[in-house]
Amino acid sequence: MKDQLQALEKEALQKVEDASSLKELQDVRVAYLGKKGPITEVLKGMGKLSKEERPVIGELANKVRGQVAEAIDSKKAGIEAAELEKQLAEETIDVTLPGRPIPTGGPHLLTSIVEEIEDLFIGMGFEVREGPEVETDYYNFEALNLPKDHPARDMQDTFYITDEILMRTHTSPVQARTMNMIKGERSVKMICPGKVYRRDTDDATHSHQFTQIEGLYVDKNVRMSDLKGVLDRFAKQMFGEDREIRLRPSFFPFTEPSVEMDISCKVCNGEGCSVCKRTGWIEILGAGMVHPRVLKMAGYDPEEYSGFAFGMGPDRIAMLKYGVDDIRHFYTNDIRFLKQYHQA
Amino acid sequence: MFVSINWLKNYVDIDQISPEDLAERITKTGIEVDGLERFANKVNNVVVGYVEACEKHPNADKLNLCQVNVGEETLQIICGAPNIAKGQKVAVAKPGAVLPGNFKIKKAKLRGVESNGMICSLQELGVEEKFVPKEFANGIFVFPEDAETGTDVTELLNLDDIIIELDLTPNRSDALSMLGVAYEVAAILDVPIRLPHTNYHAAEEKTEDHVSVKVEASEQNPYYGAFLVKDVKVGTSPLWMRNYLMAAGIRPINNVVDITNYVLLEYGQPLHAFDYDKFGSTEVVVRMANEGETIVTLDDQERTLSSEHLVITNGKEPVALAGVMGGADTEVSDQTTSVLLEAAYFDGKTVRKASKEFDLRSEASTRFEKGVDPNRVRKAGEKACLLLEKYAGATVLAGISEFDQLEYSEKTVTIWTSTINARLGTDISNEEIADILRKLHFNFEQDDETFTVYAPTRRQDIVIFEDMLEEVARIYGYDNLPFTLPSGGSQAGGLTKQQELKRHVKRFLEGAGLSETVTYSLTTKDRATQLISPEVAKDLVSTVSLAMPMSEEHSTLRLSLLPEMLASVAYNLARKQSNVAYYELGSIFISKEEKVSQQPEEKLRLAGALTGEWLTHPWQQEKKSVDFFVVKGILEALFDSLSVKVNFVQEKVDGMHPGRTACLYIGDRAIGFAGQIHPQVQKEYDLKDTFVFDIDFDYILEVHENEPSFAGIPRYPSVTRDIALVVDETVQAGAIQATIAEAGGELVKDIQVFDVYQGEHLTEGKKSIAFSLFYQDPSRTLTDEEVEASYQAILAAVADQHQAELRG
Ligand SMILES: [Zn+2]
Repeated sequence: MKDQLQALEKEALQKVEDASSLKELQDVRVAYLGKKGPITEVLKGMGKLSKEERPVIGELANKVRGQVAEAIDSKKAGIEAAELEKQLAEETIDVTLPGRPIPTGGPHLLTSIVEEIEDLFIGMGFEVREGPEVETDYYNFEALNLPKDHPARDMQDTFYITDEILMRTHTSPVQARTMNMIKGERSVKMICPGKVYRRDTDDATHSHQFTQIEGLYVDKNVRMSDLKGVLDRFAKQMFGEDREIRLRPSFFPFTEPSVEMDISCKVCNGEGCSVCKRTGWIEILGAGMVHPRVLKMAGYDPEEYSGFAFGMGPDRIAMLKYGVDDIRHFYTNDIRFLKQYHQA
Repeated sequence: MFVSINWLKNYVDIDQISPEDLAERITKTGIEVDGLERFANKVNNVVVGYVEACEKHPNADKLNLCQVNVGEETLQIICGAPNIAKGQKVAVAKPGAVLPGNFKIKKAKLRGVESNGMICSLQELGVEEKFVPKEFANGIFVFPEDAETGTDVTELLNLDDIIIELDLTPNRSDALSMLGVAYEVAAILDVPIRLPHTNYHAAEEKTEDHVSVKVEASEQNPYYGAFLVKDVKVGTSPLWMRNYLMAAGIRPINNVVDITNYVLLEYGQPLHAFDYDKFGSTEVVVRMANEGETIVTLDDQERTLSSEHLVITNGKEPVALAGVMGGADTEVSDQTTSVLLEAAYFDGKTVRKASKEFDLRSEASTRFEKGVDPNRVRKAGEKACLLLEKYAGATVLAGISEFDQLEYSEKTVTIWTSTINARLGTDISNEEIADILRKLHFNFEQDDETFTVYAPTRRQDIVIFEDMLEEVARIYGYDNLPFTLPSGGSQAGGLTKQQELKRHVKRFLEGAGLSETVTYSLTTKDRATQLISPEVAKDLVSTVSLAMPMSEEHSTLRLSLLPEMLASVAYNLARKQSNVAYYELGSIFISKEEKVSQQPEEKLRLAGALTGEWLTHPWQQEKKSVDFFVVKGILEALFDSLSVKVNFVQEKVDGMHPGRTACLYIGDRAIGFAGQIHPQVQKEYDLKDTFVFDIDFDYILEVHENEPSFAGIPRYPSVTRDIALVVDETVQAGAIQATIAEAGGELVKDIQVFDVYQGEHLTEGKKSIAFSLFYQDPSRTLTDEEVEASYQAILAAVADQHQAELRG
């Protein structure tokens, strides 16, 4: 019996070895380890054995079973691994083929610029205010120290709807409205972005509709050096830490003193080039100390309160920052233009 | 204002500074310099030549053979100019000269005859055509007889002058004169100023015996001075004057006109010369015009006047439109011998009105409009008399006939050093302020830190403290202001909830694949009335149009963002960009009046337009075009992100596809629409199938819940039941869904359509719609019985309301 078992073991192990699929392996398992398998058959004949032989043979039979089962398991793992490998090999794809495109969109360049500027001033404690695009003559002009017949009204030729209603020529009326609402009771620190309109023929540098952001800070003890400090921070964050600013005198009816702010030209670093018309400086915005008449009209006592205001054109800033050569690109909405500015 | 550096040198010493540096200093301290240009260019080897002989060229009719003395030698030169003549002094470019445009002058033979140089026109010397005096426009330039033969022409013709172009702001009209600029430069450089004298030799004869002045509109004309000059010989003005005028951008005409222009530029005071013999009377009467009165102005146009126009009359009829333009009848001509010279102060508003109305902006009207210096009116007249005496051989009569109610006094402005420093954030001393006032040539009295400043009348812009603050600041130098940050107002800045929401919506739609557009608010009248959302159209009375549009294209305020957006889409299609997905957040303008008398209501709308392919994967041959459900899917996700519940209801909208358009509702409130553009409209705009939406964004902002509250993650499992119903094909899924929701009870948390089928195995005219129902109770596990009860209730309700049968 011993020999019988050993022969069976040898035979079974050979069959396991020869098996090339899980199915064949399963057949081997059933054939040798099943209830009707030869090992079981051998054990059935155990009754004929002596008391001393029985445990020896029993042990041997279990050992053979164990060996065969182990061989099957290990062979099974090997076959499974090979089959998985085969499956994975078959599943291989060409990862260099293009991916499935998803529809992509993005903000308009002007929105990006406006939001960037908003965030920058929000960081300096400003709030964002908006107002109507169709304004009254009063808020657009008179409340800003531009009475009817003022020669400076020529500076901003206006689309009138009636004698008293017009397309706003700047977003300053929002400031006038806000101050009027607060009635001189507390400080105001705000910027107002929005669309504005002027009687201009559209060309590469003019647009009858464009964007403006104006800022206002009215409080006790506001100094012109504060204006310079705030604008310097704005310029450095917007155009780069190495930009310098300079103020030079200008005129706006609603500020006195009035200045224009230039930044040092990024292209030539102030040396002078064609971009800055050889001056080394590029005009960015207008600003000034709020005219006492404007404060008074809005209910602020100019003896007690002072303030500064500034105004800039995101269209122009976008053109400078991104080298856009024609303002009309912003309003034509050519998808090829818009998409260029969707990257962060 | 064009400022000739050479002219300016007559008043201030600027030799120590380069024109470039001067321009930079002027820009930084007061007035923006727009450009710095050479009047022409320095030329070498071009000298004054005397034409000793001038004969016809033997072989060419139109050429002349000239012998020209150029000092050390006489050159034979062939000249084709029609105005060349013997005895002239001309500009000769000798061999070796290089003229503008790199034109080298060499010895040459012209039609067999030697020519050793060229006789030049001003244009050939680099002077712009429009400044060249008319008599020399088509030929060579002829010098006055006293020009010295052999002299280099560069200096004589002021060719190397540099012109500073000032971009003047409206407040700095003082710099509309050479003297004003001189004061500015003197202040910047801290150099003395030399003022010109105006002393002429008055004759015995008195002006008042020949001219009287009467002003009937003293408010519009507070000063009128009439000078009378006789024995005038109209001719050419001196070369230096012509040079200066050309440099300043004015074409020389004759000595009388040139002198008035010269004085206008020097003093900023416009003058007018009448031919005294044609004046028609001996009295000047200034009054407002009579309604309908006419005058033929210098440009030979007949102008019909109204009572708002100020006129100079001879007591009977107008002879000039005050401050704007003279009359043709009294114009100075070559024959003029006596000139009545007007030096007056006209009110700016009156002049502005007339110049604007008749479109007659001129050097003169511009200056009156901005306000001339009262203290220079009479002086300018005197200076002109002096020049007429010197350069037109005139005799100036004694005295001035004048009307004078002009205010000459200087305005007083008090400033305090401490206040100046408080406003500027500086630490300027009393001494520095005194020094700044001295540089500006402002008179003042000082008492410690208090300065009483007498603002000179040439500086009409200085009225209040802040004006002086600006003067001090700019002369002190803005570069010297410190950089500080506001000390007070520690308020936190930020966006309002609504502004944040706007950004959220933008980012959401961009993430969903839409690109933001910015279109014009002003559109055509036609487009303004197209594709208006029904809830907007309902209240609408009329469109709002500009009173005076620049073009029809941008004449009317939009009532929908879509028409201009569709035009943008078409623009892209025309450029082979066929896949476009746009959105815009912008205002529309609704007027509820027949005739606009108030600001229209501005409503924020969220609109979009999509066309072409939406999802593609080329190498897998996948292509999905934009359709209604792409748009609806985007909107549903958007509304979901805003926690607002919006219903889509099939309705018709003008301009939209009748079967593929839904109106949107929040509760009962209509908030816009979505759908496909009507094929006819698509054709009008040159579009392919295009799907759009237009939503009342203001209302979304209004109903949006502020903060989403945390609902917790469900702790108990949900139960899903599917239900497939067969209904008539006309029954809408939304209607069934509403019934399910109502009948299913509170436990039904979500209902989703997962299949719609029509065709084989179904009776014609029927369709099957399958829904997944999600049951959940946040507080416990549901039992089969309660789900089953709800399910049965749903079956009964849909059978009752939609004749729906369970699909077998
Ligand atoms: Zn540069």
